[in-house]
Formats: sequence, structure tokens, C-alpha cells
Amino acid sequence: MLDFDFRDLESMTMPKFFILTLFLFAFSNPILAQSVDAAAQTVKIALAQEPPQLNNMTATDQVSIFVLGHVMEGLTRYDRRGNLAPGVAERWALTEDSATFWLRKDAKWSNGDPVTAHDFVFAWRNVVDPKTASQYAFILYPVKNAEAINQGNKPLTDLGIEAIDDFTLQITLERPTGYFLKLTAFVTTFPVQEKFYRATGSAYAADSKDILYNGAFRISDWVHSASLKMEKNPNYWNSEAISLEVIDAEYITADTRARLNLFIDDKIAYTQLDGETYKDALNNQFRIKKFVTGSVYFLEYNYRPERITHNKKLRQAIQAVFDADEFVNKVLQTPGNLPGASLFPSWIMGVNKPFRQEYPAVVTRPDLAKAKQLLQEAKAELGLEAIPPLILLVSDSPTATKQAEYMQGMLKTKLDLDLKIDVQTFKQRLAKMTNGDFDIVGAGWGPDFDDIMTFGDLFASWNLNNRGRYNNPEYDRLVRKAMNSNDPEVRMAAMAGLQTIVHEDAIILPMYEQGVIYLQHPKIKGMRRTVVGSDPDFTYARIVP
Amino acid sequence: MLKYTLGRILSGLVTIWFIATATFLAMHAVPGDPLMNEKATTPEIRENLARKYGLDKPIVEQYVIYLGNMVQGDFGISFTQQNRKVNDIIQDHFPVSAALGILAITFAALGGILWGALTALYRNQLPDIIIMFLVILGISVPSFVFAALGQLLLVNINQWFNISFLPVAGWGTFAHMIVPSLVLGLGTMALLTRLMRSSMLEIVNEDFIRTARAKGLSPSRIFFQHQLRNAILPVVTVLGPQIAAITTGGFVVELVFAIPGLGRYFVQAVQQLDYTVIMGTTVFYGAFLVFMVILVDIIYGFIDPRVRLK
Repeated sequence: MLDFDFRDLESMTMPKFFILTLFLFAFSNPILAQSVDAAAQTVKIALAQEPPQLNNMTATDQVSIFVLGHVMEGLTRYDRRGNLAPGVAERWALTEDSATFWLRKDAKWSNGDPVTAHDFVFAWRNVVDPKTASQYAFILYPVKNAEAINQGNKPLTDLGIEAIDDFTLQITLERPTGYFLKLTAFVTTFPVQEKFYRATGSAYAADSKDILYNGAFRISDWVHSASLKMEKNPNYWNSEAISLEVIDAEYITADTRARLNLFIDDKIAYTQLDGETYKDALNNQFRIKKFVTGSVYFLEYNYRPERITHNKKLRQAIQAVFDADEFVNKVLQTPGNLPGASLFPSWIMGVNKPFRQEYPAVVTRPDLAKAKQLLQEAKAELGLEAIPPLILLVSDSPTATKQAEYMQGMLKTKLDLDLKIDVQTFKQRLAKMTNGDFDIVGAGWGPDFDDIMTFGDLFASWNLNNRGRYNNPEYDRLVRKAMNSNDPEVRMAAMAGLQTIVHEDAIILPMYEQGVIYLQHPKIKGMRRTVVGSDPDFTYARIVP
Repeated sequence: MLKYTLGRILSGLVTIWFIATATFLAMHAVPGDPLMNEKATTPEIRENLARKYGLDKPIVEQYVIYLGNMVQGDFGISFTQQNRKVNDIIQDHFPVSAALGILAITFAALGGILWGALTALYRNQLPDIIIMFLVILGISVPSFVFAALGQLLLVNINQWFNISFLPVAGWGTFAHMIVPSLVLGLGTMALLTRLMRSSMLEIVNEDFIRTARAKGLSPSRIFFQHQLRNAILPVVTVLGPQIAAITTGGFVVELVFAIPGLGRYFVQAVQQLDYTVIMGTTVFYGAFLVFMVILVDIIYGFIDPRVRLK
């Protein structure tokens, strides 16, 4: 393959330039590198965007977490079946209010240094340090004093983490936290070597050379906005278990059509589809795979006293006409989405089985007569002749606008309710949500960790993400009860109580559980899709001939 | 001449200052909090972020600090890529946009001059009609349509022949540049074709062409030596601003062909309210455009003394 750098162009004269062009047309190399190579165990993919933040202590977005999950490792990790397994920690012991981790001695950084307990102490203190301003600091709140430190009320050294020796880590918990172990597999809790961090100054993770890796792979080449190449990390303690030699993100583009074209051309081996590209993928007769992302989407109401949406009857009237099945089939159209029924998605685990099997959500069938009656009662309670137009705040994505228009049409024809759609860009929508400048807002929630509490505390009165300011002492009580218990039975019973309140009080209008459709090269085996953490996970993938 | 040049540079600097100030004001007038993210943060964290980016200071002070840093050539660090300097972003990605732009303008200029001359030569005949139809298409169809079509065509060609004829997207080799730059240059090519055609037609009726014909010169000699050389001048005039427009306006093409150019940062920064990147890229592009215009003005000052006297 001819390898020209664009810089060569400046020194190129015109005739040469055209001869070159002709040459390229005439001798284009047949069957260049393809998306997968079984002999070399390489896979090529595209990223939707440049990873904005590869500093694991502050990363919050999916692409950064995807990369970090491959190149770094926490105390625990997920194995090829998706079960929690030992990572840097070889074994551990948990009690109600503490956790002890014994680190393996062969876990190494990419510079050859051993990964020690001190690296965790440094990283965790850094995460909760208010100066770091990490938006995921709350992940560590189960650790003793983390919240107080994060709010600037206690010194960093008060954090409940201590390195007893180089390979023994002692954690003191703020309260019993049944899911604490799962948090240690999440990027925010990964270790960082203090010496290296200080040496990079303020540029930690700005480039591939500015990060130390301890994961199955390391970034060997990162050209900003162009490509990011991960190679198998020879220093990784479990490198025999890793088959892939190279995960090469050769392309970075948010354009789903461009990514589909690259897939058709066999330049990438995996791509996610959307409503538009779905049909083209069908026409190409690709095998389309489905996956439920774990996020729930719903309409959230504003409970501030000056807003009429604080009226329960009004919310119940809307609940009584909404048909989640119709919504999923007629509005979303792409396969994979599930009709919304609860704040808790169907994959969340209960005591032994999925929570929603142990505690089924109440499914409301649309009932127009009941809805009309509820609306009359709402008007009477509010002392209004007619309900004034409600403001529905949505983001400016085409799907969000389409969904809003469906709601607008549906409520107008069925209940003669007027909706005013307020379409805003990402940051403006957030500002309006936070300031309470809406009646109803199109919102969604994705899990931050693999426990029911990641959804459960969303409408607790103290939760800053509760942007409609829902405030119900009974809801708060149940959340506290579940938070302060390690007993799954007690926790799930409390969550079932929450589920009932969410439905009866019509706190939100669940619309759908998000599903995605994607294409995957048939020769890739063992690529794992996951609702929390690094998704998709190529760590244990391999290419079959 | 020196006075003229200095005057142009001075007015250029005023223009850049104006661009910087207007962008600063407009950016702060846009509702929304640049430090806000999907996950809500505590007021303490919000304050610490604000301090990090200097947003805790009064707006006038922010403006003074910002102007001071700008004069020293420091645009600060990005809000979204938290450890990356805006200067590095410009340094890394502008050359990519520039390389693509230069190739696009080369295609556009060569194509425009060739097609323009042809249409003038075959005025009101079939080639003229066909080319002018394509020109109108080129001007009116936006580049994202051409970009998507161009890529689709490549995929199909590669599929039909079962070879990798040209890469579908990506960056790194010359082959990656061909189709994106053609797409990027199409609009300008169409514009230049029209310009070239009308300027050719004007010249056909000039006295010196008639004289050349009367002297019995061969038609090809008249075409190349007299018509083409004179008709090209107005095309050169618009080339300056067009170069600036093409090297800065490739956002869609960069997105579709996965090219790591600066255009992506320029557009995404606005969507994400990334203050420092908005300021850095806007001022940089503004300065670049001003520079190209001044360059054309100065060159014109040399070519045509009448411009200087005005």
C-alpha cells in the first residue's frame, strides 16, 4: 500500500500530483486490510466520537468508559460470562461496614511497576477531592466520609481507605452497601499511580503516552479525532486469557450512515444502527442483532407548587390514555425497544430473579372514560375551566421531537389537552430542567452501577437529578430503608414499595426501555454487550477463521 | 505602498478584535450552563469547575483576562476534552482541514476554469447546456448530499468490483483525500465555472481579440494566449475568500468521511457550549479569513495601482 502523508502534498508539484492520482486509480490494492483477521487476531471498529476524557477519575461518557474498560482494571472486573470476578484484587472479605482486598502481586502497570494499594488510595482520594470536581464522585459515597470530603467539610485523609501494606487495602464504609463490590469494577474506582500522575503535570490522559495502563490492552497509538489503536498489554497479569492482539478504532465519526458504509465495505466489524440505517442494513441482508441498553425513558413532571403538573389527577389522566405498546410500535419503530411499565428496567436483578419477575409492575391499559373523568376532577381541584397549554421540554434530536409530537397529537385528540413543545439543545435543556422551566420533560436514566439503587433513589427528595423536585416522605423512607440494609429481601421489598408509589402517584410516565440494534462481523466470538461499564466489551473476544 | 499595507493590516486587527468581542458576548448570551452535564452536580463541584475555568469572575474581568491571553496566543484548555489545550486542537486539526481544502480548491479551480472556458467556447450548444445544468445542480445542492452520495457510490463501486478501489472513509493516505476533496470543492467549482464563462464571453467581444483574429492567428492560439489569460483574472479575485471558506467549511464532509479536521471541533463546540474552543476556533478562523482578504488586497495593490489610490 502506498503510504502518503498529507504533508507530502506541500512539496508536490502539479504534474506529479496527477500522475499519482492516476496511479492510485489504476493500482488500487485489491482486498486491503479487512475488518477482522483471524491469523493476527485483529479487529477494526469505529468510535462515535473522540474519547473526551481518558482520565478515569473524571470520565463520565460512554466512549471514554468503553476505552478505559479495555485498557485499565479495577479491584474487580467482569469475566467472559458477565459475572463479577477478581481483577487487581485476588480475593476479598466483606463485612457490614468494611471491606478488605488482597491485591495480586503480579498486577503491573505498563511501565513495569507493580499496582499497589497506594495507587487506589491516591485515586480514590483524588476522585472525592472537591478540587478534582469529578462528576462521578458520588460513586464513592458509600466509602466513609466520601460525601463530607466531596462537599469540602473534611480533609482528604479522612476518607475510609487505607493501604495496610503494598498489597492489602482496607475500606471502611459509611453504611452497609450491598452493591459495594460491584462499584470496584467501575472506571471511577480504577487505580492511578501517583508518581506518574504528578509527572504529567496537568496533562494526565491528554495523550496515549500520558496514561499508565494496567488493563488487558494499552493504547499504542492515538491520533486525536482520527484513530485510536489498542494493543494487547504484555504486562497484564492475565494476558494468556486474552486472544485479541489489536482492537483498532481506525475511524471516528458520529455519522451512523458513514459507519454502515464502512461495515458494508468490510472496514469495520461492528456498528450500531439507528432508525434510518436499519432499513439499509435489512436491504443488505445483514443479520441484525438486538440489545437492551439498560436505560429507561420517561416523561418527568414538574412538582414545583406553581406548576399545575403537581396535581396528581392530571398526571393520572395522562397515564390513563398513554399506550406504551402503541408508542413503541408506531413511534419508535426500530426493533429492540420494550414498552415502559416501571421506573425499574426489566434486566435489574431482584433477590434471585430479575426484580420485575419477582415484583411485576402494574400495567395500565388505556381507559379513555377514566382518563376524562380524572381530568374533570383535576380541573375541579385546580379551580380551572380549562387546563392551560402544558410545556413539554425535549432535546433537539429527531427522535425526541418525533416522540413529543406523538404525545402532542395523542393528548389533543383524546383529552383535548394542549402541549407546547419546547425543543432545546443539550445544554439549554439541562439548564431549563435544573431551573424548573417546564411542566413535563422528556428524560431518561441509564444505570451507573449494577444495582437497583441506581434507579431507586432517583426521586428521593435529596437527589439532585430529581429535577422536577418530587418530594414524598414515604418514598424517601423506603429509599433510606433499602440503603441501610444488606439484606436483599428487605431491600427488594422496599423497592417494590417504590415501584407502587411511582405508579399510583404517577410520578413519571414510563415510555420505553431503550433497545439498540447493531451489526457484528460473524467471525467475532465472545464480544459481550453489557448495561453497565465498558460496552461492547472486546476483552475476551476472539476472531475465528 | 507600505502605508497602504500597514493600513490594511491595522484594519484587519480591528476586525479580529471585533470578531473576538462579538463572539465572546454572543457566547455568553446563549442560555445554558457550559459546566452542566447529564448527571447533576453539587453546588460545590460546580463552583470548583467554575474556578478552574475562571467562570466565577465577573464577566468584564473574564473578558479582559481572555483578551490578554489571546494577545499572547493562549486560548486556554477545552471544557469537553478537559486536559487538552485549545492551541493543540488548532495545531493538530487545522493542517488536516487545510490539506483537504487545498486539494479541494485545486480541483475547483482547475475544473472551474476548464468547464467555464468550454461553455464559453460552445456557447448555447449542447456542451454548454449540459455543463450549465450541472453547474446549477452544484450550486444548489448542499454538500452533505454530495458527501453521502459520494460515499455510497464508493461503497457500491468497491462491492461491484470486489476490490478496495478507494477508501470509504478515514484519513492518513492520499487516497483518503480524493473523494472528500472533490465533494468539498464541487460548490466552488460550479461557482468558478459560471464566473469563468461570463468573463470569457465578455472578452470574446474585446477589440484585441478581433485584432488577433484579423491578424489571422489560429483559433487555439487566440483561445489559450489571449482569451484564457485575460479571462482568468476575475477568477483569481474570488479565489482568496473561497480558499478561506473551503478550508473552514468542511464540517459535514469531515463528519461523513471521518476526517479529523478542525471543522468538527468548530461546530461541536457550539453545540456543547465549550467556551474556550468556541473562542479559539472562531478567532482563528476569523483571523485566517481576514488574512486571506488582506493578502488578496495587497496583491491587487501590486497588480492594479488604481486600487491603492482609492
